[in-house]
Amino acid sequence: MVDYGAGNLTSVLKALHFVGADVRVISRVDGIDGAGALVIPGVGHFAATTSLGPEWRSAVMRAIDAGMPTLGICLGMQWLFEGSDEAPGAPGLGLIPGQCFRIEGPVKVPHVGWNTLAATARPARLLDGVDSGASAYFTHSYAAPCVADTAAVTTHAVPFSSAVERGRVFGVQFHPEKSGKTGLQMLTNFMRVAREAA
Amino acid sequence: MLAKRLIACLDVRDGAVVKGINFEGLRTAGDPAELSARYNEEGIDELTVLDVTATLEGRRALLDTIRQVSQRIFIPLAVGGGIRSMDDARAVIDAGADKVSINSAALADPSLITALARIYGSQAVIVAIDAKRAADGFEVFARSGTTRVAPGAVAWAKEAADRGAGEILLTSIDRDGTRAGFDCELTAAVSTAVPIPVIASGGAGTPDHFVDVFSAGCADAALAASIFHFSEHAVRDLKLFLAERGVPMRLDW
Repeated sequence: MVDYGAGNLTSVLKALHFVGADVRVISRVDGIDGAGALVIPGVGHFAATTSLGPEWRSAVMRAIDAGMPTLGICLGMQWLFEGSDEAPGAPGLGLIPGQCFRIEGPVKVPHVGWNTLAATARPARLLDGVDSGASAYFTHSYAAPCVADTAAVTTHAVPFSSAVERGRVFGVQFHPEKSGKTGLQMLTNFMRVAREAA
Repeated sequence: MLAKRLIACLDVRDGAVVKGINFEGLRTAGDPAELSARYNEEGIDELTVLDVTATLEGRRALLDTIRQVSQRIFIPLAVGGGIRSMDDARAVIDAGADKVSINSAALADPSLITALARIYGSQAVIVAIDAKRAADGFEVFARSGTTRVAPGAVAWAKEAADRGAGEILLTSIDRDGTRAGFDCELTAAVSTAVPIPVIASGGAGTPDHFVDVFSAGCADAALAASIFHFSEHAVRDLKLFLAERGVPMRLDW
């Protein structure tokens, strides 16, 4: 799990331990070497991802190209996209096309609380055992657009990607570590992909 | 659709759950970890642990409580009561809290809100406001104290949001412990004035009170303690009751 200084990792660690993961928190690029899977968490401002500079981007892309299962959570998912209006100068990984945008509309922003996931037609291993319409816990002001890799859509004034999946790369806008049984199911699914890839 | 949240508050003293009636007269209602697990099974959306201890031993017990609760409950956990500094906040967050709730400390030094938001993100910072009706609006009081502080509740909530608070926990002192219903006017006044979610607290006595606070009160979430503590299926029954009346609820858990 990558620690790039974007928020508190305790809850994610606890949830990953709960589903049987052996987690090492890394803050240097060479920490990726030897890992069986990668988790990129993060909350807060997209600018925090500038800590994931060119060195990280190329190392993570190399790992992904080599087939490493990767899960981005919240800000970590947005980072998989090209960038965000929240921090125009900070490029994302660019693995998934699209730019993250601020949620606007007759609703409260940030979007905080439990909202539903509508599964798309795209088959998604992350959503195995999760019913379409299941609830997950969100807390964010910016969101990722709906694209070909979108596995689940959530709507708060506007529809956005609440889960994406591309090969062995997964991203969730909500917090699986705070989403009760549904969240733990998805972390378990990710662990299964990781074990199969090992 | 975004669901309205039901939050169970565990008032904890020396590792045990107690519940104050108008901040006085405490009675024991259970073990925090056990109670949390039961609430989780019943479908509660979020938990708040409120430390009502003043002693150093009590603070250590609180951190143990947070660790025990967060080890097996994977829903949001907020902790409040006696958090006066960055160090206090760090201790409860490291123990497993997702959010800290600050009250008197934010009134004394509003820059603490911004400092916490910078490090942990706004989503981790709840500003708790204890408000009381007055002739000219809603006054703010420092937690469990009798000190009236300026500005009024609406102005303070706006300032807290501007400074980086992610949510407001709004308690009606007039209603707290009375079971006479939430103060919907107070809640609506604050909730419509700030862009961030407002959690209504104080006065929950019947299921209809929750309908009122989610409709007339414009609350995004409602927090209660004793209404959940003393009956077997209180949380589940309340969620089904609210859903039947058109309040968006999370019903899969």
